[in-house]
Amino acid sequence: MTEEVFRRLEQALPAGAFQEVQENGARVLAPEFLLEAGRYLRDEEGFDYLSNLSGVDWIERGYFEVVYHLYAMRRGERLVRGEASGGPLGPLVLKVRTPREDPRVPSVTSLWPGALWQERETYDMLGIRFEGHPDLRRIYLWDEFEGHPLRKDYRPEES
Amino acid sequence: MSDPESVSPEQLALEQSGVFLTHSEKLKLVEGIYNWGRRSSLWPMMFGLACCAFEMMATGAPRFDFARFGSEFFRASPRQADVMIVCGTVTKKMAPAVVRLYNQMAEPRYVVAMGACACSGGPFRDGYNVVQGIDLYLPVDVYIPGCPPRPESLLEGWFALQRLIDRQRLKEVPWYGKEEKSRERPIPRYGPHGLTLPEESQEAKR
Repeated sequence: MTEEVFRRLEQALPAGAFQEVQENGARVLAPEFLLEAGRYLRDEEGFDYLSNLSGVDWIERGYFEVVYHLYAMRRGERLVRGEASGGPLGPLVLKVRTPREDPRVPSVTSLWPGALWQERETYDMLGIRFEGHPDLRRIYLWDEFEGHPLRKDYRPEES
Repeated sequence: MSDPESVSPEQLALEQSGVFLTHSEKLKLVEGIYNWGRRSSLWPMMFGLACCAFEMMATGAPRFDFARFGSEFFRASPRQADVMIVCGTVTKKMAPAVVRLYNQMAEPRYVVAMGACACSGGPFRDGYNVVQGIDLYLPVDVYIPGCPPRPESLLEGWFALQRLIDRQRLKEVPWYGKEEKSRERPIPRYGPHGLTLPEESQEAKR
């Protein structure tokens, strides 16, 4: 079911928007097509719920990855007999990569307001800047804190 | 000297026949009653930081029943509490609030560090965000190890605290007497990598 959604999404986007198809079905998108893909998924396919937004530090490959888990809350099928029932469909997994030196990813807060705090958390822990976020501050750590502790090269100082 | 709580029958007989106690003996008698009253109604602060708080709640619930030892009232205000049970991981972000709550408690006040995290930082000791033991910032009276300690452990720590209160002498306690000694603890501040204590208190800290 999500494979069909991805097929339609690929047709809706310019060629080359999908950088990689991963073995678990996740798609890696080029960051410049993230908002376009998100708008298509939300408005045309009904993916109205951003369940999770998180960051991964691939230090040996030199990039950060931001992972989006999307659900369509009213499109699902019942497990028995495939009847349409109005349950959730998903997760639909999108990933975006950004270089470690200057990590920038467009913010999806305009599409899913639930991303507000999750992007702040990812910024707090990994230092990825979400462009277009209305209030990108630290959320867990205090403002005076230096560094981003979930980066693999972060070393806490003795204090 | 005999235990101040137990008045021997001979002493009672003496008192009844008009032989009175010396001043220090009277004080001991008063102390005994006073300490018995204090230790039998220790009210903890309603305050939980992590999973140890559930063990504290279980201790308050009927099966273990804190009320048997006079501690059934978990007070929601530090002004009304006698004991602060630091139950759980103290994050660096939370530590200034914990110290501020301690400063707001009225004397006499006690601190129980419950669980590995409150005692030493526990499994998160080397993390970027966890205080390596609340005794860096507060004077801890009783440490209860465990991860988390079972309610029996908390009760055992409670008895240790009660024994400690029993041993306190009015002439020696810092919060009673003519000299005004402030036991306020300095509130740590957020720094670029962790918490820092204000400059003037660095040497006061032992």
